Amino acid sequence: MPTSTEIPIATTTLASDTVSYTFSSISGSYTDLVLVCSTKAASGHSGNDVRIDLRFNSDTGTNYSDTYLRGNGTSASSGRDSNRTQIDEVSSIPPNSSSEYALFTYNIMNYSNSTTYKTVLCRGGMTGTFAGGYNNVGAQVGLWRSTSAITSITIFAQGGNSGVGFASGSTFTLYGIN
Amino acid sequence: MPAARYFIASTTVGAGGASSIDFTSIPSTYTDLTIKYSLRSSSTTDDYLGVKLSLNSSTTSFTIRQLYGTGTTASSANYSTNNPSGYMQAGLTTASTFASGDIYIPNYLVSQNKFFSTDSVAENNAATANFLSLLAGLWSNTAAITSISLTPATGNFVQYSTAVLYGIKNS
Repeated sequence: MPTSTEIPIATTTLASDTVSYTFSSISGSYTDLVLVCSTKAASGHSGNDVRIDLRFNSDTGTNYSDTYLRGNGTSASSGRDSNRTQIDEVSSIPPNSSSEYALFTYNIMNYSNSTTYKTVLCRGGMTGTFAGGYNNVGAQVGLWRSTSAITSITIFAQGGNSGVGFASGSTFTLYGIN
Repeated sequence: MPAARYFIASTTVGAGGASSIDFTSIPSTYTDLTIKYSLRSSSTTDDYLGVKLSLNSSTTSFTIRQLYGTGTTASSANYSTNNPSGYMQAGLTTASTFASGDIYIPNYLVSQNKFFSTDSVAENNAATANFLSLLAGLWSNTAAITSISLTPATGNFVQYSTAVLYGIKNS
């Protein structure tokens, strides 16, 4: 029997490598959103530094910032990023050669109001260690400095400043919370 | 609209304690699984301890990365065992305090290695023995998960320890 007010909105399992995935036309009828991502990098990229990033409503302005706490298995650190063009990663995602998919959960609070900036809490990471990557587990709070209701979320993967994409088999699921 | 979260089973430890909490014959009708726990170990020589996760009775092929804070420092560590798959309080901490934890296992039926996350916390109104832990875990096995067991690293689960298993449907 149903025991909570979490409602599945949409889900996808990538059938092939894909540069980005967008949940669009998100209804404003919930109070919060939860996004669950299980990902690794698409093939064809030799680096291990592939990052998972988010944008809202296709906004590419420098309207994002974040503060994170993360650990790489050896040490813990905290830092922040300001005036970014996306919600940055708390960890890299595994390269395509890895047998691991990294798990990230994003809680997007009060997403549909039109009066406040939007806050995102991310938790996740991976266990693998790959040279040149951010091989972390951790938590991060992100901010999108916009009062617009969130109606679309784009998840994309970058290596350096280039789009890399996600591997087939990666899954993205969006839930609404009432 | 359908709900996402469905109750599967729960366990509350009775008087005398329990050496494990077991969920068997897990249905294959969901996409993800999550366990919410409230646990304490009977060990009288520890203030907090690992909770060990066994999947399909397997205790091997686990890899874990942990980030944790104790109230004074933050640290990170790697493990190549199933200990810790989460954390709980033990006998040296304030009586009647139980750690809370949330284990999430996505895609538990898919034929790929299984991964999980565990968030666990304990607070006991003392200068020491408090913690907040975030774990990323990997079980290098492609079998569908049909059973899950939780065991304490030392001692038994004490009375009133609880664990609840939910299935998550993504559509």
